[in-house]
This record gives sequence, C-alpha cells and structure tokens, in this order.
Amino acid sequence: MPDSSTREAVPRQRHGLAESVEAFSLSIPFRVKVAAVWAVIFGLLAFAFFRSGFDIAWMIDKAPAIVRGVWVTILFSVIAITAATLLAILGALGRISKNPIAYGISGFYTSFFRGTPLIVQLFLWYLALPQLAIGLLPEPYASWFIWPAAVAGVVGIAFNYGAYMTEIFRAGIEAVPHGQTEAADALGMSYGQRMRRVILPQAMRIVIPPTGNEFIAMIKDTALIGLLGTTILWADPFRVAQLTGKADFRNLEALIIAAIVYWGLTAIFSFFQRKLEARMSKGYVRTAVKAG
Amino acid sequence: MSAPVVRVQGLHKSFGDLEVLKGIDMEIDSGEVVVVFGRSGSGKSTFLRCINFLEDPDQGSVEVAGVAVAAGPPTRHRRKEIRRLRTHCGMVFQQFNLFPQMTVLDNVMEGPLRVKGESAKEVRDLSMQLLADVGMADKADQHPIRLSGGQQQRVAIARALAMRPAVMLFDEPTSALDPELIHEVLAVMKRLADAHSTTMVVVTHEMGFAREVANRMCFFHEGVILEEGTPEQMFGSPQRPETKKFLDAVI
Repeated sequence: MPDSSTREAVPRQRHGLAESVEAFSLSIPFRVKVAAVWAVIFGLLAFAFFRSGFDIAWMIDKAPAIVRGVWVTILFSVIAITAATLLAILGALGRISKNPIAYGISGFYTSFFRGTPLIVQLFLWYLALPQLAIGLLPEPYASWFIWPAAVAGVVGIAFNYGAYMTEIFRAGIEAVPHGQTEAADALGMSYGQRMRRVILPQAMRIVIPPTGNEFIAMIKDTALIGLLGTTILWADPFRVAQLTGKADFRNLEALIIAAIVYWGLTAIFSFFQRKLEARMSKGYVRTAVKAG
Repeated sequence: MSAPVVRVQGLHKSFGDLEVLKGIDMEIDSGEVVVVFGRSGSGKSTFLRCINFLEDPDQGSVEVAGVAVAAGPPTRHRRKEIRRLRTHCGMVFQQFNLFPQMTVLDNVMEGPLRVKGESAKEVRDLSMQLLADVGMADKADQHPIRLSGGQQQRVAIARALAMRPAVMLFDEPTSALDPELIHEVLAVMKRLADAHSTTMVVVTHEMGFAREVANRMCFFHEGVILEEGTPEQMFGSPQRPETKKFLDAVI
C-alpha cells in the first residue's frame, strides 16, 4: 500500500537539526523558558529606552522623590479601602433590607456611583460640591465642604469603590446558607447580633478574594487623585513623576519609575492577599492548619 | 405547677394557596416527650417551626414557659416577644447548622454568652459540662467541619441545651445522617429524656425511638393531628386507617 509506505517515510526524514532542537527544548523546564521570555521582553524594552536617550543619572537623582510618593498612595489607599468597606457593609445591608428607605438609598447609591465615571465623580466632590454647599448652607457651614484635592480625591475613591463593593458584600451575605440565619434566630439573637456574630463573619470569608482585587485596583486608581492638582505634600508617585518629568522634559524616565512603584506595590499586596485567604479558610477546609 | 410548658392554640399556616396547618392545638407538660410523625408534606415540620416562630403562623398562638405570642404583624414589640420566647426553646435542625467560623465550644457558648449575657466563666463551665454529656468534650477546640455528621448533631444538641430551654425542638435530627451515625444521636436524645427529664418535641421517622422514648405520639395528616396517643395505642391499635397505613409502611 502506498499510503502506509509514505507514513513510515516521514519520521525517518525528521532525523537531524529540527528533532535535536525539539529534544533540547523538552529538556528545559517550562518555568525556565517563561523566565527567558520575560528576560527578552525586558531586554527589548531596555534597548528601546536607551536608544531613546534614557538618562540614568537623572533617574537616580529623581527616583527617591518619586518613590517617596508611595507613602501617599498607601495612606490614600488604606483610608479609602477602610471607608469603602464601611460604606459597602451599610450598602449591602440596605440592598437586602425590607425597609424601603434603606433599600431605596442603597439602590440610588450603587446605581449612581457605578454608573458614572470615577474621574467625573472626583471632580464632583472637588469642584461641584462646594458650589452646592455655598448655594444651600450659610457660612461657616458651607466652607466645611470646600476640600483640598487630596480629601476630595480620597472621599471620591471611597464612595466609588464602596458602591462596587456593596454588590460584592451583598452577594457574600446572600451566599451564607439560610440555615445559619435560622440557627441564629433560634438562639433568640437580634438582627444586629445575627449579622455581627454569624452572617458577616462568614460573608467576609467569601468577599475577601474579590475585595482584594478591588483594593489592588484602588491602589492604582488613587493615581487619578493627582489630576485634581494635589499639592506636592500630598503628591503620589504619578503626580511627582508628572511634575518633575515635565520640568526637565524627562517624561519617559519619570513615568517608568512611577509605573514600577505601582507595580511593586500591587505585587506585594497580591502576596499578602494569598496569605490572608489561606488563613481565612480555617473552619472551612478540613486540612487547614490551626492558625494561632 | 400543673401549667403546661408549651401551649399551642388554633395554629394555621399557609404557603401561598397551600394550607399546610389547618388548626393545630397541643399542650405539652414538663418532662413529656412528644413524637410528631406523618408523611412528608403533612405539616409536621412546619408545626415544629411555628412553635419558635421560624415560620410565622397566620392564625393562632403559642405559649412557651409563660411567654405567649399570637399571630400578627411583625411589630417591634412582637419581634421582641418572639426573641424572648425563642430563648426558652432549644432547636435542633436536620442540617445541624453549626456556626462554621467558631470552635465547638464557642458554638455552645454563643447563646448564653451573647443572647442571655451571662458571665463567661459560668457559661464556659456549663458548656464544657454539656459537651461532656453528649460525649464531645474532647473536640471542644475543633471547628465543626472536622466532625462527622453525628458528632456535629451532638454539638448542636449541646448548643441548644446551653440556653437551658423549657422545651427542646428536634426537626428530623437524624434524617441527614449516614445510617451508622443515627444511633449515637438517638442515644443522646434518649438520655436527655430518661436521665434529665427534658421536655421534647421530636419530628422523626425513627419509630423505634418513638416506641422506646415517647410519652405521646401525634400523627399529622394533611395539616391536622389526625390521631394521638401513647406508643402502645399507636403501634398496638391505631384507630384511623391512615395511621395504620403509614405505620405499616415505615416499620
């Protein structure tokens, strides 16, 4: 049969270079090959940067000022995630409430703050709220709502992320089995006790992974606060990079430093998020180690 | 002293168009063990859950340990009275419903500590005693997920007992258990009845347990108590054909 003879002929012809390359490739672990790909990407980027006149001396000179902005990012993020979590718990309790006022307010909250761009909301808090306050309130109360850019920015981020996290928390609360509610009720617990002692602790475990993702996104979005024109005291890496880069026309160098700072920060947080998830699984996974 | 621990009067409950309870009356004396049985859909579980208002009845009233609550709208006052009534009822669920984020001991301590506001020292001693009674003292520091179904249910019984309730309500406590684990839970319940004279209402299909432990058996059929009596009467000479048919089918 001619058919079978050609099929046999093919592997014989594959002796030689192609096959030895394939054999060598298979002997290298997958991770090593992936590392090589990353190395090539970084090599190409470095080549491109230096061809564009990368000014290392300038970078070394300015990097400390840009990196120092990370403390502003951390401060903004920690305050905003704390406030957003509180807003999300209240919002979620509203979303599952039978009280029409609580349900209505939380519905408006999630609809508006998820339905409009974050950057628009930041400017609303910064520029539009003072106009509203001056129109409605007598002095000195009106001036209470004229905020520095940093304050307006953190409030804006908190309200925006609180709205998204409201839906996460609502889903988390609803994912707790109904038998838990009945067991708490059967013990004579009040609504507050049931939520605090039974439902929310279990919902928290469910919402930790998606909340971690929100926090990582929030860390990056705090860079938007700089667009409100924060002063140098409250300047995050992006804002510092913008100001110094523009002044010396070293935008590439400045923005690369800022990008690396955010990248490093999110990588560190992702690591701790995985640790926390493992710890929270106690009581749910039979093999989980007893954490102290 | 002669007043009943539980007094149920004229209980009606519908789910949509389906009338599940069509007027239930029952009085339970201190130390009495009442076994409620019948086909699924006969209303027996709904009746039990109406006693502590996990289901809100449409008509009628329930009195437990002197706390009386009638059917009605969920006003603030009524919700408070329901919570007060619940502290006198110990509930054991088919699915155990232990709190997974707490240890076994914390599960048992939760009610008296948080709801009744008793001192931690006393509650701890009581809880360890109860865990010893159900044979679970050595697992006090474990989380419920590490326990078998039978062990979880025994912890759930201790948790309900920790409130020192006037009546224990058991909602098919062995139905979710593997056959070889049913015995250990029934043994604990039998000991409660015999040694501690615990007042109990038990919804169950375990007719052997009923014959041995019950003072009274109530046969639920289509939302009413069709027949009730001692185990001797029920097993020996059931008066209604429905009762006889059911008992013949399950024994």
